[in-house]
Amino acid sequence: MLDPVCKAADERMPEGAAIIRFENVSKRFGPLVVFNNLSLDIPADETLVVMGPSGVGKSVLLKLIVGLLRPDSGEIYFHGCRIDTLSEGELEPIRKRFGFLFQMGALFDSMTVGENVSFPLRQQGIRSDAHIRDVVHEKLSVVGLEGIEQKMPGDLSGGQRKRVALARAIAMNPEVVLYDEPTTGLDPIRSDVINELILKLKEELKVTGIVVTHDMTSAFKVADHIVMLLDGKIIARGTSDEIRTCKDERVCRFIHGRASEEDLKALHRM
Amino acid sequence: MSAIEKDNSPTEPGWSPLDPITTMGSSIYNAIQGLGDFGRFLGSILHWCFRGPTRMGWRDMMTQMYEMGTRSIPVVMLTGAFIGAVLAIEAYPQFQALGFASRLGSVVVVSVVKQIGPVLTAVMLAGRVGGAMTAELGTMKVTEQVDALRAMAADPIRTLAVPRFLACVLMTPVLTVFSDIIGAIGGWLIAVKVEGVNNYHFWHYASQATDLFTINTGLIKSFFFGVAIASIACYKGFRSGSGAQGVGRACTESFVASFVVILVMNFFLATMLNNIYNIYWPSQAPLF
Repeated sequence: MLDPVCKAADERMPEGAAIIRFENVSKRFGPLVVFNNLSLDIPADETLVVMGPSGVGKSVLLKLIVGLLRPDSGEIYFHGCRIDTLSEGELEPIRKRFGFLFQMGALFDSMTVGENVSFPLRQQGIRSDAHIRDVVHEKLSVVGLEGIEQKMPGDLSGGQRKRVALARAIAMNPEVVLYDEPTTGLDPIRSDVINELILKLKEELKVTGIVVTHDMTSAFKVADHIVMLLDGKIIARGTSDEIRTCKDERVCRFIHGRASEEDLKALHRM
Repeated sequence: MSAIEKDNSPTEPGWSPLDPITTMGSSIYNAIQGLGDFGRFLGSILHWCFRGPTRMGWRDMMTQMYEMGTRSIPVVMLTGAFIGAVLAIEAYPQFQALGFASRLGSVVVVSVVKQIGPVLTAVMLAGRVGGAMTAELGTMKVTEQVDALRAMAADPIRTLAVPRFLACVLMTPVLTVFSDIIGAIGGWLIAVKVEGVNNYHFWHYASQATDLFTINTGLIKSFFFGVAIASIACYKGFRSGSGAQGVGRACTESFVASFVVILVMNFFLATMLNNIYNIYWPSQAPLF
């Protein structure tokens, strides 16, 4: 059973308090060290953008939060309740409070779009078909894809799949939404719609968002705070403006998309 | 050997006489660990079977029963018919030489119902259904669909494995019945229509030899074969490596493991069921 402390955590967090907390978290895959004593506070009702080069562990961070991966050492807290030691069964009520947009969408191939979006609703025990139909229609409209309920994921383009996955992630109006590259593969206009949606969810429904992205336009638009990961550690943290004016060369190169001399060495050898 | 080629002889620096023992120990350790992992997986499936699939799981089970059962009927019947026919072709000259050609029906039908029907049906299902199951679940794993289920607080074993497991366990005996019937008809066609065995004698001796225990023996075996096929296929799918190569390898391993387990299980089940027969009906040893 869930720890009583976790049950008590249903009350809303005071503004600015950390809804998710990483304490000295380390994670490695074989010889590859992904995180080395990482500590991070994620405030409630805000959007945190996590950026960093490919392979630095941004998606791993999201998976650690919902227990899809377990840390090798360190502690992870949600609403002050330690969750990295909970069993799969004990994690279920916690996971129901999250929405997760996967990098490649992760839509269920054997289900229609409508069934995909309705999956979390049915999973939470909602039986009314009329209510489910309404919610599915509403969420698909939000991402600009109304009327495709009967299509199969295989019939959709990459961008459409991503938007259906986003509709599924927000179907249950979760408390926290984890966005893994929400605008990758979308045209600039549709990307902006997704950015506006992230802002709207935060402002109207007080949804805490954690956005992993390489899209700097999107990052600066949606972020209350930005953290940059490199070599298993956070090398910069601040508001959009603070990151934009950061003097750290590694951060500057990343946000302006400039390769270092070292990165270009191989090219010069050609 | 050229001077620059690497010398792999046991005298190479770094080689230790204990290396083969280390390798063997490591293999044994991995095998035991794999067996334990499979045991836990099967236990988890059985746990959720008793709790029952989800509402969506029941619907998925019906779909799987159609995919595994209805769509496998043609191939199972085709192989069953030819195996029955081949049995009759091979057995007829032997029985004819002994003057027992009229008893051909008992040999063909009992062999098909008790041994060949269940084993052949299971092998066909391991290839057709088990492979597809492993490929589907493996692809779901590498495309993060299994993670998506977990992230939405759905147990992947209950949602994905249990409907497939129940469908396979229920449909394997049903398909075995089809295979048995068509196998018997295949044997009858050759024996009666080609070799000229008396129709009445064929069915008379066949029905005399095929008692309820014989039929149940085949069905009990096919039930366990269904358990083996579904659990191995789901396990290999969930433990599939990354990428297309990982899924392909998982499919191959799934079929090979199912095939071996079916044959080994057939031996032990045949021995056990024959012993049970001998305990309850000691004066009537089974014909085959």
